[in-house]
Amino acid sequence: MVENRPWLTFFSHAVLVAGVLLVAFPVYVTFVASTHTLEAIMQVPMPLLPGDKLVENYTQVLTAGSTRGSKAAVSVMLVNSTVMALVIPLGKITISILSAFAIVYFRFPLRMFIFWMIFVTLMLPVEVRIIPTFKVIADLGMLNSYAGLTVPLIASATATFLFRQFFMTVPDELAEAARVDGATPMRFFRDVLLPLSKTTMAALFVIQFIYGWNQYLWPLLITTEESMYTTVIGIKRMITGSDAINEWNLIMATAMLAMLPPALVVLLMQKWFVKGLVETEK
Amino acid sequence: MASVSLRDVRKSYTADLQVIHGVSMEIKDGEFIVILGPSGCGKSTLLRMVAGLETITGGEIAIGGRVVNNLEPKDRDIAMVFQNYALYPHMSVYDNMAYGLRIRGLPKAEIDSRVQKAAGILELARFLERKPRALSGGQRQRVAMGRAIVREPKVFLFDEPLSNLDAKLRVQMRGELQALHRRLGTTSLFVTHDQVEAMTLAQRMIVMNAGRAEQIGAPLEVYAKPATTFVAGFIGSPPMNLIPREGRLMGIRPEHLEPCAESEAMLTVEVDLIEPLGADTLVYGHLGGDGARVAARLHASVDARTGKLPLRYDPAQVHWFDPASGRRLEA
Repeated sequence: MVENRPWLTFFSHAVLVAGVLLVAFPVYVTFVASTHTLEAIMQVPMPLLPGDKLVENYTQVLTAGSTRGSKAAVSVMLVNSTVMALVIPLGKITISILSAFAIVYFRFPLRMFIFWMIFVTLMLPVEVRIIPTFKVIADLGMLNSYAGLTVPLIASATATFLFRQFFMTVPDELAEAARVDGATPMRFFRDVLLPLSKTTMAALFVIQFIYGWNQYLWPLLITTEESMYTTVIGIKRMITGSDAINEWNLIMATAMLAMLPPALVVLLMQKWFVKGLVETEK
Repeated sequence: MASVSLRDVRKSYTADLQVIHGVSMEIKDGEFIVILGPSGCGKSTLLRMVAGLETITGGEIAIGGRVVNNLEPKDRDIAMVFQNYALYPHMSVYDNMAYGLRIRGLPKAEIDSRVQKAAGILELARFLERKPRALSGGQRQRVAMGRAIVREPKVFLFDEPLSNLDAKLRVQMRGELQALHRRLGTTSLFVTHDQVEAMTLAQRMIVMNAGRAEQIGAPLEVYAKPATTFVAGFIGSPPMNLIPREGRLMGIRPEHLEPCAESEAMLTVEVDLIEPLGADTLVYGHLGGDGARVAARLHASVDARTGKLPLRYDPAQVHWFDPASGRRLEA
């Protein structure tokens, strides 16, 4: 609005500031808690200014986890989470874009049936098929492995559907022009469709990176060895039982570490992400 | 460069849905042929069959004496210009033109010289590094033509290439297309629904209606001697007047009607609509007797008014058609 109404401006800013505080305050408390000794944060009221144990606490969790709960080093978990959060989106994008390409640009028997089969699985979340999936992964001996962590989460109806919708907006003439130019279907895919899908892929990557990073139930089921824990699982394993014996300062430090990478990915890819959601380059 | 033969070409999508009912034509080497017809008459389908983008249900298409029915578009030695240009949006103008040549594996130097030459002909040299989105409609159109030219094909296929341009640009591009054809002399097939484009560009034209070639001939020949009532009504603006007379249809073009004294009137029109165009004035109305709708093109000096208007014509300018079949009857 370009109206000059000081009170309205003040009011809208006040609402925005309140909103930011509401969201940011818990994160701030997490940060503060991660910089104190356990004794300090157990006081009532808990301190609201950062303490002097920042380096100590973070070094402790990164190298040796907590002292009373899980002793797995968080640095290893960060690597595991990163692998998982990278393999899932990359795998999803590769598989989905190829299946969408097949469904949109080729005529083959049962094409629509297959598309609907993919589409129907959209309605089934991981949790519904988690027991059979676990059984399959266990029988294949993929427990406690990167393959076990990532493969079952790679197949994606959502991404296939998204690429399909995008390909349908690409004018048919483009494919025909490429055909007249002598491009084979895969060449057309590589030279024309892939570059045009860049922003869509970027948006999907951001969403799926966060999806992969935040996975909880699946890694909880299939990782039993400390060396395969992901960060989110690490937090869970540090919480041992009753409130009093949990080292909340170390747990909060781990939580901070778990929050950073997704935030960074969103921050760095924000331009691409927004482009992918709102703009199509045609 | 090559001749193109269409021999009883047919297309059907299902057993009941036939869209091209046997079109035959011999196109000479270097000829500029326009396929003209209303929307849905099958003209684009026919062109796409020549291009290889649609399969041929029946008949034969030969380019340069070689039957191409089962060849991929890339093996037919043709180049096509699409209505919406179909430029690759992420490639520069240069890459758009060079893409087909790169796929063919031509040497870099050869590609460069061909692209530069085409860019010179089409005055695109300044835009080679730009993306299509940074070009105007006319420039995009030229890039699409450039992409066709660099291939040095035997046949150019144009699918309504000018219909996305504004009126002024269309006239300009029409001129450029003519100049281009004079310069390259490549056999060209040009699809349009615009009769002015057809009349000005064509050496010969095919007028199509509902999947059939109604008439094939030079533009003025088609204008002067329409073979059917469809052609008579489709070519010319306003179209030829068709007036029932003695069990036949009499056709007379609006410009062949002139006002006269009431005593020598051959037709009397009850004028209800007047369109002054500057150079001349169009008047429309019903005939007194049988009520047929008639248009006349009058010189601007005539003071056109609504009401009774007596008209006469030169009987030599009259065409006769059979009302049942719509075919021309030679007097």
